[in-house]
Amino acid sequence: MTEFFQHAVNGLSVGTIYALIALGYTMVYGVLKLINFAHGDVYMVGAFSGFYLADLIGVRSPDDANPPGGLEVFLKASFITLAAMIICSILGFAIERFAYRPLRTRPRLNSLITAIGVSFLLEYGFQLRPLIHSPIEFPPGPSPRFFPTLLERVPMDILGVSTSNYDIIGFTVALLLMLGLQFIVYRTRFGTAMRAVSFDPQVAGLMGIPVNRIISGTFILGSALAAAAGILNAAARPKIDPLFGLIPGLKAFVAAVLGGIGSVPGAMVGGLVLGTAEEFVAGYTDSSYRDAIAFTVLILVLLVRPTGIFGRVTAEKV
Amino acid sequence: MTAPLDVQNVTMRFGGLKALSEFTLVMQPGELVGLIGPNGAGKTTAFNAITGVYEPSEGEVKVGGVRVNQEKPHQICTRGIARTFQNIRLFKQLTALDNVRIACHAGAESGFFDALFLTGHHRKEEVRILARAEEYLEVMGLAHRRDEISRNLPYGEQRRLEIARALATGPKVLCLDEPAAGMNAAEKTNLMGLVRSIRDRFGLAILIIEHDMRVAMGISERMLVLDHGITIAQGKPEAIRKNPKVIEAYLGDAYLEEKHIAVPPQENSK
Amino acid sequence: MGRLRLLSRSILPFIVGIVILAGLQSVMPPVFAVILIYMGVNVVLAVSLNVVNGFTGQFSLGHAGFMAVGAYTAAKITLSLSGVQFPLLGYGVSQQVIFAIALGAAMATAAAAGFLVGMPSLRLRGDYLAIVTLGFGEIIRSIIENMKFLGQATGLSGLPQRSNLIWVGVSVIATVVMAYRLASSTQGRALFAIREDEIAAEAMGVDTTGYKVRAFVISAAYAGLAGALIAHAIQLSTPRMFTFIRSIEVVVMVVLGGLGSISGAIVAACTLTVALEALREFQAYRMVAYALLLIILMLTRPQGIFGTRELWDLPFFRKLFRRPALAASGAAPTEVRDDSTGGAR
Repeated sequence: MTEFFQHAVNGLSVGTIYALIALGYTMVYGVLKLINFAHGDVYMVGAFSGFYLADLIGVRSPDDANPPGGLEVFLKASFITLAAMIICSILGFAIERFAYRPLRTRPRLNSLITAIGVSFLLEYGFQLRPLIHSPIEFPPGPSPRFFPTLLERVPMDILGVSTSNYDIIGFTVALLLMLGLQFIVYRTRFGTAMRAVSFDPQVAGLMGIPVNRIISGTFILGSALAAAAGILNAAARPKIDPLFGLIPGLKAFVAAVLGGIGSVPGAMVGGLVLGTAEEFVAGYTDSSYRDAIAFTVLILVLLVRPTGIFGRVTAEKV
Repeated sequence: MTAPLDVQNVTMRFGGLKALSEFTLVMQPGELVGLIGPNGAGKTTAFNAITGVYEPSEGEVKVGGVRVNQEKPHQICTRGIARTFQNIRLFKQLTALDNVRIACHAGAESGFFDALFLTGHHRKEEVRILARAEEYLEVMGLAHRRDEISRNLPYGEQRRLEIARALATGPKVLCLDEPAAGMNAAEKTNLMGLVRSIRDRFGLAILIIEHDMRVAMGISERMLVLDHGITIAQGKPEAIRKNPKVIEAYLGDAYLEEKHIAVPPQENSK
Repeated sequence: MGRLRLLSRSILPFIVGIVILAGLQSVMPPVFAVILIYMGVNVVLAVSLNVVNGFTGQFSLGHAGFMAVGAYTAAKITLSLSGVQFPLLGYGVSQQVIFAIALGAAMATAAAAGFLVGMPSLRLRGDYLAIVTLGFGEIIRSIIENMKFLGQATGLSGLPQRSNLIWVGVSVIATVVMAYRLASSTQGRALFAIREDEIAAEAMGVDTTGYKVRAFVISAAYAGLAGALIAHAIQLSTPRMFTFIRSIEVVVMVVLGGLGSISGAIVAACTLTVALEALREFQAYRMVAYALLLIILMLTRPQGIFGTRELWDLPFFRKLFRRPALAASGAAPTEVRDDSTGGAR
């Protein structure tokens, strides 16, 4: 029985990461009807941003002779996370502004292809041998890097389930971010405007909503969340490399589709469900099929109920 | 002789909304029937239900004697019914000839294999199709536009091309959805003559949705009037013109009062 | 026209081709031959993908999966029959016959895979179809990677090198002829109609799902052929050869050439193959260049080089062959905004 809960807890831990990334996909799809292929790579950039920032501000490992105090750790971690979120927000804004906005009047096929292009640009751009060496080595090159330990890992045992302070903190932060997003989407004017644009951008524009700014804002939000996910994930699973955003990105996309693409609660639920499903299947069967689970879920969802759990069915007027 | 189109009590429900209530229509070969009603009355919904775009929530649609409720639009098309669309749906980037040619092939089983291997069967078929396509273009006065990209055609010709395309499927019933929309008076008069000549030449039954009363009453031998999905009147154009319920539907009861027209007590109209 | 004349017209391109290719094969220095072989394979890939993505307007990202199916099928056949000699035939000829069988089988299995993938997927629209085909491609690769029978992650090696200019050249001819005949036939025009307006096509009697599946199957078969050819050129068939990156490389070729243009796909495939070879030293930058190419292309000339026009529609060529113009397909689908609210504007 404890094994069941163990998998459940692990699943939630992984699932919140998927959920945070999935939110970016779903919001962008909601307002632009575009699958932002590059989103998984924004997540990757977030993790690397954190990596470089930690390098720059100097993070002492908890194993050092003088381990950093709680406040210092908290401040540094927060700074790194927030700064990474800001960096990725700018990145997301730039991608939308320069790669997607010019194509808004064109068929969606073009934007899809451009999204693939941006994704590749980030992935392979980051794999190039370093061009500058100080203050940071950038691009990082293809070899994996290791995210520094910001905080000493304290394993914990709750009701027979082994977890750690990482899981608790990670989950809490993710939860706060998601609650924050819920608030923004459902209780602010920006959020209402965003939802209006996702229903009908033309009419929303006619009603005086600054559609371009709303769309930019959507990208900024989504990218910030992806960055946070990147850092949270890297803290627990420190190995990062330029291609490591690919699989989580794809899985997060599946999560968004599962929950109903375009639906904010859907993305959260989808992420958690997918994460838990993955953990359970990997735990009870052969874990080498772990990645295949996401694809299987995707295909099942698309064939059985393409609109997902919370999705709306829109019919075309003949 | 089986009626080419036999629609019995078709009801269309979308969620809680009843867009069409117990719509009934039996068409005889060569009949010209007009379907009119205010905007949103359910006319195009009726078309969609008949041609398989929607599956009827209730009721039965028979084309050429065969029940087609569950069939897909392309299957229903081969049973003998074709349509045009309220917003022109030509294959915009293809030529006029291509538009018609594709419809000529309606229902023919794949033939991909034949096409790839250029079998004799395929070649003969292609020659026949091209000849037929050119003929339909000729009938609609579009022969000179054969190789023109349909998107570039003037509006009136696009509408005519859509009719030519529908004709090319070889239907027994032709459904025209507002064919005169956007045309000027002269074009509309031409259209009326064209529709009649199509009926005469091909012996089709034609069902036409129209907003322009002159066109609708000028062409139709018989008319149905829809309002909020309900058939409120049926009959010859002269009778429809004077029917108070129809006037009320279009112009409202204030007009009726002003003109001192009495409305007969409500009855279930079928 | 007599039956004999019909028959000869149908296979004439192949006969002429084989003669020319045999000649080339004997005089071509190996360095050029290799590039030509890669070019040929890419042409087969691009033209076949164009049938689905260009003609029919369906965005498939799973082409590599079908390549893999074809490659492994052919590899298994040539490997298991490697020592065989048929009665009455010399060893060399027997092996060529075996290769022919292998190629045929590759096309057949890839076509079957195309059917299995296409049937459920082709109900889906645009973005979803892209993701599903991507997913299926990866699933196929996953399955292959887990099967001992197919060499798992290391794949199959030691394949006989059978892909020479003749085989590749004949395949290219077969692919181009297939695409051309499809495009000029009424059935093929129906594919374009589906791209233009699926609802209208359906209303005009076109079995849209059936046609989409057929296009998909044909495209998959030729992808399988390409896979088999490349495997027997580099004498290796591994899962890493057939990732979705490969699928995207083919998509780039098709988009660069112009979605819907056969000659565009050919020109783009050749150009990109040559460019890749020229940039071999800059391996690391290759993908970055690809990415930038895609982005810049979409921003500046989304219809690609040819749009949907064909090389043989240019007045110069028309006079040369005294052909009536093939009904042009007008603007590329990547040029004009298609409102999903339907209807003309």
